[in-house]
Amino acid sequence: MGVITLLILIPLIVSLVLLGVKSDKARGSIVIAAGIAIAALSVYFAVSNFGGSVLKPFSSVDGVEFFGKYFEAGPLAEVIGNAMLGIEVALAILIIGLGIKYKKILAILLSLISTPLLVWFELTKGHEIAVGDYISVDKFSLIMVLIIGVIGSAICVFSLGYMKDFSHHHSEGKDRRPFFFFMMFLFLAAMIGLVISNNMVWMFFFWEITTLCSFFLIGYTKTPEAVNNSFRALIINLLGGLAFVFAIVVAGSYTYGAFGGTTNGSLELSFLLDYGSQYKLAATTQGYAQTTEPIVGLIAVLLAFAGITKAAQMPFNSWLLGAMVAPTPTSALLHSSTMVKAGVFLIVKLAPVLGVSNLFDIGPGFFVTIIGGVTFVFSSIAAISQSNAKRVLAYSTVANLGLIVACAGIGTAEAVWAAIMLIIFHAVTKSLLFLCVGTVEHNIGSRDIEDMDGLFGRMPKLAVFLIIGIAAMFLAPFGMLISKWAALQSFVDSGNVWVILALVFGSAATLFYWTKWLGKMTAVVPDRINIEDKVHKTEWGILGGLSALTLGVTITFPFFSKSVVVPYLTDAFGALGETTYEALRMDNLIIMMIMVVLIIVLALLFYGRTEKRIVPIYMAGTAAGDNLTYVGSMQKDVPIQLRNWYLGDMFPERLMNRIGGVVNGTVFAIVFGYMLYWSVLLYQLLRGGGA
Amino acid sequence: MKTMASITKSPWIIHYDGSSCNGCDIEVLACLTPMYDVERFGIINTGNPKHADIFLVTGSVNEQNIPVVKQIYNQMPNPKVVVAIGICATSGGIFRDCYNIIGGIDKVIPVDVYVPGCAARPEAIIDGVVKGLGVLAEKQAALAKGIADPTVSGAYRYENGTYDGDGTFLPEEEGDTVIAAAEPQSTDDENGLRVKPAMTEEQEVDD
Amino acid sequence: MDTVLFTFYGYELHVSYLVGAVLYVVLAPFAGGLIAGIDRKVTARMQGRVGPPILQPFYDVAKLFGKEKITVNNAQDFYVMCTLIFMVISGVFFFSGSNLLMMIFTLTAASIFLVLAGYSSNSPYAQIGAERELLQMMAYEPMVLLSAVGFYMACGSFNVGDIVMSDAFSFKYLIGMFIGYLFIITIKLRKSPFDLSMSHHAHQELVKGLTTEFSGRTLGILEISHWYENVFLLGFIFLFFARGSLPYTILGVAVVIVCYFVEILIDNGYARMKWQFTIKSAWIVTLIFGGGNLFVLYYLQPILAR
Repeated sequence: MGVITLLILIPLIVSLVLLGVKSDKARGSIVIAAGIAIAALSVYFAVSNFGGSVLKPFSSVDGVEFFGKYFEAGPLAEVIGNAMLGIEVALAILIIGLGIKYKKILAILLSLISTPLLVWFELTKGHEIAVGDYISVDKFSLIMVLIIGVIGSAICVFSLGYMKDFSHHHSEGKDRRPFFFFMMFLFLAAMIGLVISNNMVWMFFFWEITTLCSFFLIGYTKTPEAVNNSFRALIINLLGGLAFVFAIVVAGSYTYGAFGGTTNGSLELSFLLDYGSQYKLAATTQGYAQTTEPIVGLIAVLLAFAGITKAAQMPFNSWLLGAMVAPTPTSALLHSSTMVKAGVFLIVKLAPVLGVSNLFDIGPGFFVTIIGGVTFVFSSIAAISQSNAKRVLAYSTVANLGLIVACAGIGTAEAVWAAIMLIIFHAVTKSLLFLCVGTVEHNIGSRDIEDMDGLFGRMPKLAVFLIIGIAAMFLAPFGMLISKWAALQSFVDSGNVWVILALVFGSAATLFYWTKWLGKMTAVVPDRINIEDKVHKTEWGILGGLSALTLGVTITFPFFSKSVVVPYLTDAFGALGETTYEALRMDNLIIMMIMVVLIIVLALLFYGRTEKRIVPIYMAGTAAGDNLTYVGSMQKDVPIQLRNWYLGDMFPERLMNRIGGVVNGTVFAIVFGYMLYWSVLLYQLLRGGGA
Repeated sequence: MKTMASITKSPWIIHYDGSSCNGCDIEVLACLTPMYDVERFGIINTGNPKHADIFLVTGSVNEQNIPVVKQIYNQMPNPKVVVAIGICATSGGIFRDCYNIIGGIDKVIPVDVYVPGCAARPEAIIDGVVKGLGVLAEKQAALAKGIADPTVSGAYRYENGTYDGDGTFLPEEEGDTVIAAAEPQSTDDENGLRVKPAMTEEQEVDD
Repeated sequence: MDTVLFTFYGYELHVSYLVGAVLYVVLAPFAGGLIAGIDRKVTARMQGRVGPPILQPFYDVAKLFGKEKITVNNAQDFYVMCTLIFMVISGVFFFSGSNLLMMIFTLTAASIFLVLAGYSSNSPYAQIGAERELLQMMAYEPMVLLSAVGFYMACGSFNVGDIVMSDAFSFKYLIGMFIGYLFIITIKLRKSPFDLSMSHHAHQELVKGLTTEFSGRTLGILEISHWYENVFLLGFIFLFFARGSLPYTILGVAVVIVCYFVEILIDNGYARMKWQFTIKSAWIVTLIFGGGNLFVLYYLQPILAR
């Protein structure tokens, strides 16, 4: 219990302390110390538990031992639960207040529905439902803790230098850095709470905290644009939160009686998953028409909807793109280790009860897969038309999350293996990319990819890190590509033909937008002066570390898969009779690993070495000779300008968003119609006193 | 020996039109047609000096294209051969006395083979190229011993320097970047090639 | 003869695979060069010309290796070298019976290194070529991946070794895929109407495109890597007909020859089209023939299994 509590408490306490710290120096040492502590603790916690089975550190059976003292779980849980409810009400009032101030009716409305609903439920039914395990840590949670602890705190440390420059650039208004770091660390605490909660009410509490943290972080600069975008994020996530509350209410109100004893409502995620898995097993062995238990299916749809809003899937992707107004570390945090990962975490967790075995089995997994697949292909294509580096990264995040969601929707062990792999590689690589882009922006004064040409000359070290990040996102033999391969394999094995189509076209687009960016970076442009010396030391440390991690994770993945991912899948899917857990065979993984090493070795040995005579480039016979200009009419020097293709006419961004939004919106409409049907059924069931 | 043989079997060509009346150019292109089919000899019309072995120039040199001809010449990797096609490229031809004409190609770059004619016949052009192959083989042998054709000066506005690994131009000394194209010099340059001044009094009188 | 030399996490290295890989590394450049020579000869005959000697590509490369060593910066050669290395690796995967997808991804990596080589020179013409090459990759990539998936559905394995020895006659199930693959291989073989990125014939508009700044040895290396590439691109066609027996092998080789002839015919029959046409037509063909075949296969499979 000790370590896991510390992992929530340390960031929480640090965040409160930082709220009061005004001096740069003190903040620096606190953040670095806390970052190291959190990272070390999460590594320790993860590694020490990789060998074991599911850890249940806070359950009503065992109670809690902490600092040598023993607590009864029941009363303590009640105290915690009441405190959470109190905080939620307070936050709802805060949202309503802000909503009134900025005239955002939707935010007020959503808060006015969800919070009273939850309070009513908690005070009436929820109170009586016995919860076995409040906290449950399986291997997937461990992976998430590792990602949040290591990458999240790395981003916090990086923010030190970045925010110093940022407040220099935006010197108007007062220095709000204490608030910024308060939010960052609070975010980490909430995320760790979220991934280990088994009680859905607790999970929802942490869920809402992350929503609010992102709201405040996006609106950090308080410009009209930032305020608008932060409210958009808030509203979309509150909508997801509302679905979450509905899920809690349904889960707590239903009487589960199909297998063995009867349970009058349950708030435990693990119970739902077990129950759904049992039904699925029975359905496959006895040939039911549907493989998903109806009520579990309904809850899964609601929770998946919450996850989809948080993971910024189309048509809800606008909030994540709008979040780009925030300082870059915020984006890095939102995109890599927190927020959107909370969304996919929940959906992947639900994977055993989702699942779509064939095209005719229209279960909850089917709709989740459609949402993910459509999002993947259209946001990949939309990224082609973007020249703003952060928007490219954002679309890429949305696309990759779409792939994860699609994998989870398919819900076979192989697909989940691919999904977890995608989560890991994406978290590491995307944090690196965002932090690199942020550093570039502060040093060259632009985040436009077109301004990054010849970055290799101006910021060689940084360019190398950025190139590692980009290559890792799409190029064989690096991590994300292997994950995509695994996803493809799982799509094929599960017979999801049309997702294969989405994947192949989306991948082609991915190839295009990453390579043209990579091309800009690797272009060797003459006369570039090195301006790297202004980058802070902490920033270098983090960037270097993340680059090493990006390569390291790719190289060590086969072993990681064996020791962590496969055991998790065995736990989650073993009961379903699935035997294949790894989508890719070990030999292929190892060959890829060798190729990564090969590329590194080749680059170290041969890059930038030539004995040849270096001559000017060809410019149709009128080069001025300095490789930068040609001689135009009237003997004037005309500078050459090389620009990438954005294919805006062929793949307009708005059209892609519209198509994706309309398709997914239609899917949602169908699903909600379906759900309405189920709610009527549920009502009848409840009146009849259970099935 | 092997490479010496191979270069004569694979001469790639770049064709540049100086101040030609296009008569010779049409004949050059005629060589590519099925009638003459120069690809029989492995000849490819590349359009890229960096891939080319033989530089075919038609027409004479004028004020504007001095640096162009020189740049194309300099950008061809050694061994390389220049073939002047037609009487204009050889000596200036009937345009010799025009105010803007400098003269034949050999006024700006070293020429290895002269193919006279107005317009030069395709047979003559092919013959010229084949003659050039002999020179090419000799130059290949010389290159193996480390002897290469020197680059001509006056090709670029910025020159007399080197390029570093980034392709950045590094001037030899402070202030020695010269403007070559804008002000042609009347004196002999270091390669012994005469460059005519922009306009002489004589021409003024002629007008 | 076909004993297993060693197993490596499920991969069995058969003697024949090892022989295949070694033969590929040694012979592919000769085969590829010869194919290129025949291509030029046939093209010339189609145009009523005599054409160059069959061995002309070898003369070209030998010449390129003898030229003066120049380059525009110190980065370019690294990328071109990587192109060759990864091209050979992906061919080795193919001929050693490895995973088809792994081969495709490695091939993609090789092509990306080539694009980066173009970008790295920071030269206008090379950049246009690089962009176009990239566009071509975007155009053909979906179909290549789909064909691999098709093989998996028809033969039950992604491994080339298993596909070759499979009982299933892949072509029967993959006619749509075959048409789609023939369409995109026109792009891969850099034939008109899709020779956008580095055609000799396009020198009026883009000099030599992607390869504008390559010269001498570098260009020679690139040429050799194209030879390596073309050999297994044609091998991919053969895969549609492979069934592990002699008559089918003969049929496969015959089809490869016919297909290549058709490609040359198309090359001579069409002018170069705009890039928009490349991507639109390739994606539409992929969707209709590739996607359609996939759906048909998926619904037919339960019936076929019976």
